[in-house]
Amino acid sequence: MGDLLILGTRKGLLQYERHNGAWRYKSESFRAQPVSYAMRDPRTGTLWAGLDHGHWGQKLHRSDDVGAMWQEVPVPVFPDGAVQSVGFPGGDRRETPAKLSYIWIIQPGGADQPERLYIGTEPGGLFRSDDGGESFELVQSLWDRSERSEWWFGGGRDHPGLCSICVDPRDSAHIVVGISCGGVYETHDDGATWHPRNSGLYADFLPDPTSEFGHDPHFMLMSPSNPDVLWQQNHCGVFRSIDSGKTWKNISQPEAPAYFGFPIAVDPHDANTAWVVPAIDSEFRIAVDRALCVCRTEDGGNTWAALRNGLPQGAAFDVVFRHALDLSGDTLAFGTTTGNLYLSSDRGESWQCLGGNLPPIYSVRFASA
Amino acid sequence: MPRARFTSHLQKFFPTLEQGITVQGDTVADVVQALDARYPGIASYFVDERGALRKHVNVFIGDEFVLDRTTLADRVKEDQVVFFMQALSGG
Repeated sequence: MGDLLILGTRKGLLQYERHNGAWRYKSESFRAQPVSYAMRDPRTGTLWAGLDHGHWGQKLHRSDDVGAMWQEVPVPVFPDGAVQSVGFPGGDRRETPAKLSYIWIIQPGGADQPERLYIGTEPGGLFRSDDGGESFELVQSLWDRSERSEWWFGGGRDHPGLCSICVDPRDSAHIVVGISCGGVYETHDDGATWHPRNSGLYADFLPDPTSEFGHDPHFMLMSPSNPDVLWQQNHCGVFRSIDSGKTWKNISQPEAPAYFGFPIAVDPHDANTAWVVPAIDSEFRIAVDRALCVCRTEDGGNTWAALRNGLPQGAAFDVVFRHALDLSGDTLAFGTTTGNLYLSSDRGESWQCLGGNLPPIYSVRFASA
Repeated sequence: MPRARFTSHLQKFFPTLEQGITVQGDTVADVVQALDARYPGIASYFVDERGALRKHVNVFIGDEFVLDRTTLADRVKEDQVVFFMQALSGG
């Protein structure tokens, strides 16, 4: 695991590979086309890419030969009658037919479900495939939550986005999803019923910051070594749960840097260790003090270390999007909005720039070669 | 039969796309359907899952903008050319 780096960027899917211990640029697919998310399914070896054509809509592509050849396959489609809300409650809120406007994330099902694949979309839909991605079906039980029309809304984009899908490695029927701006939901019965899991979160953009719904988990992960431990980089801080989301604890640094940001990475062997890449809060969305750093906690968020060695410490405006940080073994990589790709082979202690003139980077994912 | 022409941008997705291809149909919707039969999947580049023209796609019938972007019911005459273009937007 971890000899390939797969990047979804504004100008195509880029791959880097580790060769004789050194990372080098390998290939480019979908030249100059926006790739919203790209990953390799470790169960099948299939590469998946979501494309965000400015003119021609959202597309889904797969490759069974690490990107040499690609096949376009049907995208998830909202069923007839599905509606999305636009505007704001009390104002111009109205319903229009739901249409796929972004592929946020493509996530494999459990190891015991080789044909199961999930896609999270804008507007806030969870889609499920049980035929290896040939066809997708909306998880209607989540879409039909009564609070969706009032409490799920757009933040930065026009509609809520389902950006995080965590499948419990102990039990594939136990899934936790994160919706920006909607909140966290958990199922124990393979999606038949869902339970909001936002207690302890804080949303300073709502009249009631402790509302049950409407929170903004930018990205959420489950600790593989203890799947009851969830982490999220939220719009309003970094939060951790040790009871599968039933209660969340704010583990941000009050004075930053570890407060606002988009991505989070967790250690597969240690449920106390995670990394975030901070930015200045939502008003600005630039690197804190125009200096890039990665923050790491090794004690469940009680303390954070700001890791800066090898990262630019002045005149840096880089922001790292929610799917653009990943970890494999001791190797971390992240890509930025200003087209920089950084890699650390020592858990973030030191960094090297693999590419400094790349397109804006949307997703960074390790894969096996 | 009407003929269809396309922005060259579509060539990278459908390399065998034939400019000026004749297709059967009385409406723009018919033309889109006929093109999809010839080039499977191409309709999804023009219209969304509800059959409405995508926001940044333009269709001309001769020199005229298509009027019905929701159901593509505009009539197309035998000798007319239907152009499928990308709207200029973004940077």
